[in-house]
Amino acid sequence: MTVPAIEVAGVGKRFRRYRERPTSLKERLIRFRVTADDFWALREVSLEVPEGSTLGLIGPNGSGKTTLLKIIAGILRPTEGSVRTSGRIAALLALGAGFHPELTGRENVYLNASILGLSRQQTDRLFDDIVGFAELEEFIDSQVKFYSSGMYVRLGFAVAVHVDPAILLVDEVLAVGDEGFQRKCLDKVRAFQREGRTIVFVTHAVHQVLQVCDRAVLLNRGTVQAQGDPGEVVRDFRLLMMKKDLAYGWDQGTKEIEIVNVEIFGADGASREHFRPGEAVVIQIDLKANTPVSDPIISFALHDQQNDFVFGTNNDWRGSRFPVFEGKHRVQFTLKSLPFVGGRYYVTVGVHARDASRVYHVHEQRYWFDVKLGAENPGAVWIPVEFRAEPL
Amino acid sequence: MRRLRELASSREILANLVRKEVKVKYKSSVLGALWSMLNPVLYLAVFTLVFSVVLRNDIRDFPVYLLSGLLAWNLFSTSLSLASRSVVDNANLVTKVYFPREILPLSSVGTALVDFGLQALVLVAFMVTSGYDFTRIDLLLLPLSMFALLAFTSALGMWVAGLNVRYRDTQHLLNLSLLAWFWVTPIVYPSGFVYTELSSREFLGIRLFDLYLANPMASVVMGFQRALYGTVSYPVEGGREVFVLAPVSLGWLALLIGGVAVGSLLLLFLAWRTFFHLSGDFAEEL
Repeated sequence: MTVPAIEVAGVGKRFRRYRERPTSLKERLIRFRVTADDFWALREVSLEVPEGSTLGLIGPNGSGKTTLLKIIAGILRPTEGSVRTSGRIAALLALGAGFHPELTGRENVYLNASILGLSRQQTDRLFDDIVGFAELEEFIDSQVKFYSSGMYVRLGFAVAVHVDPAILLVDEVLAVGDEGFQRKCLDKVRAFQREGRTIVFVTHAVHQVLQVCDRAVLLNRGTVQAQGDPGEVVRDFRLLMMKKDLAYGWDQGTKEIEIVNVEIFGADGASREHFRPGEAVVIQIDLKANTPVSDPIISFALHDQQNDFVFGTNNDWRGSRFPVFEGKHRVQFTLKSLPFVGGRYYVTVGVHARDASRVYHVHEQRYWFDVKLGAENPGAVWIPVEFRAEPL
Repeated sequence: MRRLRELASSREILANLVRKEVKVKYKSSVLGALWSMLNPVLYLAVFTLVFSVVLRNDIRDFPVYLLSGLLAWNLFSTSLSLASRSVVDNANLVTKVYFPREILPLSSVGTALVDFGLQALVLVAFMVTSGYDFTRIDLLLLPLSMFALLAFTSALGMWVAGLNVRYRDTQHLLNLSLLAWFWVTPIVYPSGFVYTELSSREFLGIRLFDLYLANPMASVVMGFQRALYGTVSYPVEGGREVFVLAPVSLGWLALLIGGVAVGSLLLLFLAWRTFFHLSGDFAEEL
């Protein structure tokens, strides 16, 4: 076992939430008892980040991601528990590392580099690279207060990645800046991964987690909800978000008709999770009516890992109707040929009224299957291709 | 101890922060560093007017006397004013990157030291014109006084810096206190006068002059004056003697300032602990 680069043990962070925060002594004296309630932004958070791995921190707004990142960076001190890190940390929190608006870009680079632990001579050597990376050659000698937010972030990122950190903490930074720069940052992050540095990422962009991270942690209301394989954690995150967003949850409905069982299997009838492009997939749903319901619609939908809606249909569109639905039924949707090259697909199944005014029961993305990417099939979709050659 | 080592490894940050402060201070100003030198000159003009012309209370080589105390005082008050705002003004650093937060109030002291250096040029100029003897033994008091001053200033600096994050009125309170403090410290009036007035009176059995010396800045400033001005008393016509400085022995004064230094170090230790404790929450309170 190697020593983890970051070890977070039982960390909790309590914030005081003042109804109206007394920022002056007078207020403090006048209001004899200050009305403050404690608010735990983090509680019992434990995780380890092995050296050289890339961890994605995801979670809804206010779940404590940034707080955790700041605690790892040492900017905030935990109320309880402890954090142990090894090696130099460069943290990139949203919108620029601490720059002083009155100083020029050049002066700020030196100031920042020294805060990140570089000597003047070392910074001298790196200076041109930093400016080049940030693409700010023309503006490096003007005051930072005249910079756009994009320039700000670029310079911050450039400094942080050039100071040779063992641990890089990134908070939503990649969301800023134009596409070209984002790509550059991502390339740099990849290079860091190859060099065996440890990276912790906070992001809303779930696809970045899937692209870049080899581990992920889901935070919700200050506690770790899930950690491990990014695909799994991202899925949990999406379920969580859906519970928040949707009127009905991921397993909800009026239950006049109930989804009893859902099965996914291949053409051979055997239950499966892995398929190859072009194969057939059967989605089988067992339904039970608790009261007779007229003209229900049974549907399914597929979402990919980016949570984009890929495909869906229902019995009505397939030309089949239930005038009155009573008792138990087994329905099957057969997808005759999978048009996907690779990835994980999440299956939503549901029963609802024709005008969708009533949802009887829905299982939101509770099921999934993988399509195995064949190296011989690059691209996004699977198109069966015939190849022919003949002498002319 | 560990924190001390961490602090030592962050010297570069300290230097850069001081550089930053100085740069920011004089950015977009035409006269730049001259402003720092103008401050004591202006004080000198005002107090010369008040004492020599209005009050007719001549002190020999008044510029040297005034500046030797004033410079020490300026170092103290500038440090504290800057320190009280140091964490708040550097919010964008504090909330974005980690570094030992103690550096912020210390950089305020450093910035004030740069000012001190500039103002010292003015003082030295006056000392040279007044024919000061640079080989005097009293000069040995200077490093000790400086050390005590820096320790005391750093301790209070950390304290106000930390407090001001939560209670912004610290800085206002500080400015008022500094004003009052200035006048209970023998800077514009001669400590010799105070000595003559207070050493014969008692309050609850304590010599009033000793009570006066309870102000650490009084001892420190007296140290600076003794070292740089040096003339304790001189005879005037009528056989009387005018005491400019308190007629205490050099050794006694050194002991006194040494005591201040030791006390300040202790205070610094405590202030540091308080500051460190408070600093864990800086990022969220800004």
